[in-house]
Amino acid sequence: MFDQLTERLSTALRNLSGRGRLTDENVADTVRQVRLALLEADVALPVVKTFTDAVRERAVGAEVAKSLTPGQAFIKIVHDELTRLMGEPSTGLDLRAQRPVVVMLAGLQGAGKTTSAGKLARWLIEKERKKVLLVSTDVYRPAAILQLQTLAAQVGAGFAESTADEAPIAIARRALDEATRSAYDVLLIDTAGRLHVDAEMMAEVRDLEAAIHPHERLFVVDSMAGQDAVNAARAFNEALSLTGVILTKTDGDARGGAALSVRQVTGKPIRFIGTGEKTDALEPFQPERIASRILGMGDVLSLVEQVHEQVDREKAEKLAKKLHTGKSFDLGDLRDQLSQLQRMGGMAAVLEKLPAQLQANAAKAAGAVDPKALKRQIGIIDSMTPRERRRPDSIDGSRKRRIANGAGVALPEVNRLLKQFDQMHKTMKKLAKGGMLRNMMRGMAGRLPPGFGP
Amino acid sequence: MTNPASPPAARGFFKRLGERLSTGSSRIAEGLKSILPGRKIDAEVLEELEERLIGADVGVEATARILEDLGRRVARKELGDVDALVGALRRAMLEILAPVEKRLQIGGAKPYVILVVGINGAGKTTTIGKLANRLRTEGRSVMLASGDTFRAAAREQLAVWAERNGVPLIAQQAGAEPAAVIYDALQAARAREIDVLIADTAGRLHTQSHLMEELKKVKRVLSRIDPGAPHEVLLVLDGTIGQNALAQTAEFDRNLGVTGLVITKLDGTAKGGVVLAIAQRFKIPIRFVGVGESLEDFGEFDAAGFVDALLRPAGESA
Repeated sequence: MFDQLTERLSTALRNLSGRGRLTDENVADTVRQVRLALLEADVALPVVKTFTDAVRERAVGAEVAKSLTPGQAFIKIVHDELTRLMGEPSTGLDLRAQRPVVVMLAGLQGAGKTTSAGKLARWLIEKERKKVLLVSTDVYRPAAILQLQTLAAQVGAGFAESTADEAPIAIARRALDEATRSAYDVLLIDTAGRLHVDAEMMAEVRDLEAAIHPHERLFVVDSMAGQDAVNAARAFNEALSLTGVILTKTDGDARGGAALSVRQVTGKPIRFIGTGEKTDALEPFQPERIASRILGMGDVLSLVEQVHEQVDREKAEKLAKKLHTGKSFDLGDLRDQLSQLQRMGGMAAVLEKLPAQLQANAAKAAGAVDPKALKRQIGIIDSMTPRERRRPDSIDGSRKRRIANGAGVALPEVNRLLKQFDQMHKTMKKLAKGGMLRNMMRGMAGRLPPGFGP
Repeated sequence: MTNPASPPAARGFFKRLGERLSTGSSRIAEGLKSILPGRKIDAEVLEELEERLIGADVGVEATARILEDLGRRVARKELGDVDALVGALRRAMLEILAPVEKRLQIGGAKPYVILVVGINGAGKTTTIGKLANRLRTEGRSVMLASGDTFRAAAREQLAVWAERNGVPLIAQQAGAEPAAVIYDALQAARAREIDVLIADTAGRLHTQSHLMEELKKVKRVLSRIDPGAPHEVLLVLDGTIGQNALAQTAEFDRNLGVTGLVITKLDGTAKGGVVLAIAQRFKIPIRFVGVGESLEDFGEFDAAGFVDALLRPAGESA
C-alpha cells in the first residue's frame, strides 16, 4: 500500500515541477498526498490536519531555491516541519534530582514496558554509571514480575521483589525504601499495562504516581500504534503529567506515525527508541530520522544536498548564459552535462538514496542513463577535435570511424550520440527563437535527474 | 467447530464489543445524524465519513473502496438521508467482511495442531489461554507447548494458563530450540491421545528474517510427524496497531502460509477499523476476536455482529 502512496506522492510532486514558485493551486494535490501518506503512517487525523495546514502555509509563496525542483523544495518543507514538530534530539533521562531518582514507566498492554525497563536499566548502568534498582508493580499479567526479575539479572541491576497479591503502592513504597537504604542512584518502576479508557486502572496508576512522586514519568508506546495512540497519550498525560516518551519496536517496518501524534498531543519529548530484542537495543531519540521514516523518504534529503554540492554551479550558469545570448549549444556543452551526471556517482549511487519503494521505478528510468553508457558517451565526445565538437555537421564517415576507434566503441554508437545531439540542438534552436529559453531549460531539467536544470 | 451454545453467546459477545468500542472517542457513525440533521448527502458528508473511517484505522484502501461504493449510490440519488447512508455503509462493510467469516473447524487430525504466531506483545499467550479454555469447555482435551524459549518468563506465563485450564504443558528451559520443544510436544500429545495441541512461539517482528526461518523450521519439523501439521497457522494481531497490521499479515503469510487470524485488544481503545483494512487486502479467515481481559471477552468472529458493533451509536444497545 505504501508503495502506491509513495508513487502517488512522487507523481504529485512531479506535477509541481516546472514552476518557480509554489502556489495554493499547485500544492493542493500534493498536500492531499502528504495527508494520505501521513494517515497511512498512522498519524492521528487531527494531528495530520494541523500539520498539513502548517505545511500549506509555509509552502505557498515560498521561493524555490534554484538548485531544487519545486517538488524537492516542497519535500524539504514537509520534512523540516516534521522534524521541528518532533522536537529536540534527546539527551537521555533527567537525573538531576535527589537520589534515588525515581523513574516510572506506564502504557498500554504489549507496548513493551517491561522490556524497556530492562533496557533502560542497562543504559543507565553502562552509559551513566548508575546503580539501578528495578521493581515491578504489575500484579495482573501472569509472570510479569518474574520477567522483570530475569531482565534485572541479565543487565546487572538490583531487583526489589514483589508478589502478585500485593498492592502496587505498597510494592513501590517498599522498593523506594530499599533504594534509599542501599544507596541506589535510580529506582525504575514498571507498571501493569492498562487501557486509557479503563477508569479503575487509570485511577490506580494515578494513585501510584501521587504516592511515590516519580521524577520521570515515561509513556511507553508501540511505534505501530494506530489512530487511537493520540487518545491514549492524552489520557496518560492527564493522569501522570508525563515527562517523556519511549517509542518501542522501531526495528519493524512501521512508519511510526504514532510518534508524531504522541509528541503533538503531549508536547513531551521522545526520550528513547527501542530498536531490537536485545537489552542493549535502546537509543536516544533522533527527530530527523523518524521524520524521514514517517514520510517514507529514505535518504532523499541527503540526496538533495548532494545534488546541491556537486552540480557545478558555474558551468551550469555559463550554459544558461550561452543559451540566453543565442550562442549555440555544442557537443562540448553536452559533455559537461554528462560528466556532471557522472560526478554524482552515477545513477547507482543516486538510486541507493531513494526510498526503497521508488527504487524500482527509478531504476527503470535510469536504464537510459546506465553509467557505462555515460562513460562511453563522454569517451566519444573526448575523441573529437574541438572543431568537431563545435561543428558536429562537419563529422563525415571517415571522422566517425576515427572517433569510434579512439573511443573504443562501435560506429553505430557514435551515430546514435550525434543523432541525439542533433535532436536536442534542433529543439533548442526552435525554443530560442520563440523566446522560450526558460521553458527549454525546464524541458532539459525534465530529461536530466531532478535538480539538474540550472 | 460445533458449539450449540454459540449463537446466543456470540450475540452477547458482540453486544459487549459494541459497548467496549463505544467508550472510544470517535465512533464511525456517531454524531453523523446530529452533525447533519436533515442534510442531503453530498460530497462534504462523504468527506466527513472518509475522515471518520481513516480515523478508525480502516486504512486508505478499504476506505476508498467503501466511499467509491457510496459515491456511486449518491450519484444515483439512492441515499436520501443519513439513515440511508448508514445503511449503505453497513452493507459496504459487510461486503468486505463476510468473506473472511469462516470458523475454525477442528477435527480430521488427532492431535489437531495449532501453531500460534505473531509479533511481540500482540497477545499470543493470552489468546492461547483463552482458546484452550474454549476448547476445554467444548469437551476437548488440550495440550499446550511453550515454543517461546526466548522471552523472560514466557514459559511461566503459559504455565499459569495451563494450570487455570487444567491442561498439560510441555516446556523446556529458556534458550532451548523451539522446534525441538514443539516436536516433543506433538509426540507427547500423540502418545496421550490429545485432541488439540496449541503451540506458542516467541514474538518476533515480521522483518526479522532469521526468526521467520526459525518458524519455518518449526513447521517443517511438525510435518515430519504428521504431514498435515500444523493444521492451523494462527496469526495473532493487536487490534490497536495501525496499518502495520497489513505488513505483518503479508510477511507472516508469505513465510508460513497463515490459515487464520485472531485480532486482539478490540476493547475500548481500538476503533476496530483495522479489521476492515485486513479483510479488504487478504482473504484469510478471521477466526476469533478478543475484546477484553476476561475469558468471556474472546469469541468467534461474526461479520454482521462486528459491523453492528462498529456502527451502533454510543449508548444504544442492540
